Amino acid sequence: MMADRCVHELNRALHELFEKRDDVVLIGEDILDPYGGAFKVSQGLSTRWPDRVMTTPISEASLVGLTAGMAIRGLRPILEIMFGDFIALGYDQIVNGISKFREMYDDQVTVPLVIRLPMGGGRGYGPTHSQSLEKALIGVPNVTVVAISEFHDVAALLTAAVEDIEPVFFVENKLMYGRAVQRPEGGYIGELRCQASASRYPAIALSGSEFTEDSVTIATYGGMTSLAVETATSLILEHEIFCEVISLSQLQPLDLDPIIESVRRTGALVTLEEGTLTGGFGAELTAAVQAVAWDDLRRPIRRIGAADGIIPAAPALEAAMLPAATDLVDAVLSLTGSRV
Amino acid sequence: MSSEQPDEMSLPARFYAEMYLIRRFEETLLEMFSAGKLVGTTHTCIGQEANAVGVIAALEPERDIVFSNHRCHGHYLAFTDDPRGLLCEVMGREGGTCGGKGGSQHLCRGNFYSNGVQGSIVPVATGMALAEREKGSNAVTTVFLGDGTLGQGTVYECMNLASAWSLPLLIVVENNFYAQSTPSSLTLAGSIPSRAEAFDIDTQHLDTTDVQPIHEAARAAITSVRETGRPFCLVLDTYRFSPHSKGDDNRDEAEIEARRTRDPLLITSAQLPEAERLEIERSCEARLEGEVAHAEASAVAGAAA
Repeated sequence: MMADRCVHELNRALHELFEKRDDVVLIGEDILDPYGGAFKVSQGLSTRWPDRVMTTPISEASLVGLTAGMAIRGLRPILEIMFGDFIALGYDQIVNGISKFREMYDDQVTVPLVIRLPMGGGRGYGPTHSQSLEKALIGVPNVTVVAISEFHDVAALLTAAVEDIEPVFFVENKLMYGRAVQRPEGGYIGELRCQASASRYPAIALSGSEFTEDSVTIATYGGMTSLAVETATSLILEHEIFCEVISLSQLQPLDLDPIIESVRRTGALVTLEEGTLTGGFGAELTAAVQAVAWDDLRRPIRRIGAADGIIPAAPALEAAMLPAATDLVDAVLSLTGSRV
Repeated sequence: MSSEQPDEMSLPARFYAEMYLIRRFEETLLEMFSAGKLVGTTHTCIGQEANAVGVIAALEPERDIVFSNHRCHGHYLAFTDDPRGLLCEVMGREGGTCGGKGGSQHLCRGNFYSNGVQGSIVPVATGMALAEREKGSNAVTTVFLGDGTLGQGTVYECMNLASAWSLPLLIVVENNFYAQSTPSSLTLAGSIPSRAEAFDIDTQHLDTTDVQPIHEAARAAITSVRETGRPFCLVLDTYRFSPHSKGDDNRDEAEIEARRTRDPLLITSAQLPEAERLEIERSCEARLEGEVAHAEASAVAGAAA
């Protein structure tokens, strides 16, 4: 049987959530059938539940707050932001509302909402439709940030997010939508041994050596997971270097344990993210890991991310900006002592 | 919600008692700031009390929702009749409405909410109105904003949404002609009512500080929202005698004095027999004195942590 694509898994999860819970509603731009949302994740929902799917004006600044008000008053709203870049318009509501209501109102309210954010480049959409803005969310206290990849059970993660009592920002990489779901068979995905942590938003750990003789940990999430897995595989074939890939799904609160466990085995860490490097996931992770596992590290931690600048539209210019396999290979080789 | 007053009180007497409590509560806060007994910030509505009292008296606090802004004490007291919780909150004492975490601008109790960022408030209130419609509760959500907040684009996004989706939302614009220290003549174009009317929202504009006509207009507006499920906008011209916050007032004294003839407390007290007025004031002063003593005797929030 051909593996299903991530977009279909997410769509299936939404249909099941709508069947299971009367309090789930979906709002967003262009989400009605037959269009079903810019990336088709919402397809079929408005036909089956016309009263619970509301297509909106182009008003992200208000829609984010609208979702908060709905959640406080007992619904389980899901907001689809067409391109994750547009969440910038709703940032006030995140910083001054969603992240604060529960604590500043002394636990008298909860804000159980999900805001779905298609992020990432690689499609030539240019500077304002290609970004990965997770770092603007992981710096906000009291929100949960989840990012998914095809190596995760994406349907289970979306279901867990909608059933979470805390506000969840759910990051979906745009290139991932069309990719086939990668589920382990007999504990393996391809050549790599695969383990998932037991948490609400599991981390996936992949190893080329049964987690026994890997020499570098590659910590990543979301759309960069496939690059990490492909590179880890090629490093085995071309350099006989074994790596562990740890792909988090819970970026905030930072799911540190799986990375620390891996670093204790490998003694070296590369962080990999698609967003611009400064002040990002890798910076946060580096500070956290060195504080806990300094004695386990053989070499300084290496960070890989997009260059600090815009993401150009032209394919070659965009590719030059975003992290590439060569960046990751170079970083791993520098940590294993091999000369490039 | 005036549990402290006997049921047989006339409407003007009840309104006067509520407005007097708000006035004296906030004057007490300003006195405490001057005496160094309060820290942080506060935004009083001294002069605007008729709006809070007149509008909220037409709501059902068990069902209806109020979302207020930084200038929220009057709305809170009119909706909850809880000076104790508010005073402890502002003073950072145990027993505060939000355990001392919110302070003056960030309140929550029952169906009452407030927040301190102007552009943030209307969208959340609109979402609450949408949720109540989905739940079929027939609740009316009332959001209070000032003329200064009309500078926020989200207000118009939400007027559009509330009208396009037929949401049970009452938008009350308290137009006091100043955004903090800036007169609206420098920053506000066109007319305020026509902004709501442009979205096909029924709108009423009142230039009065008399609580009775404000209450009657609010009753009609709330009945309309409840029966039609459509939004309504009430624009209430008013005037703030107190500074925006504390000591940040550069207005012409003569302008403020001229407006004092329209003090809502004077207007309503003139309708009461002298003895009744004095009894309301005496009773309120005694209550407030008791609340101050209670708050001052309460433990400092967080001291035990």
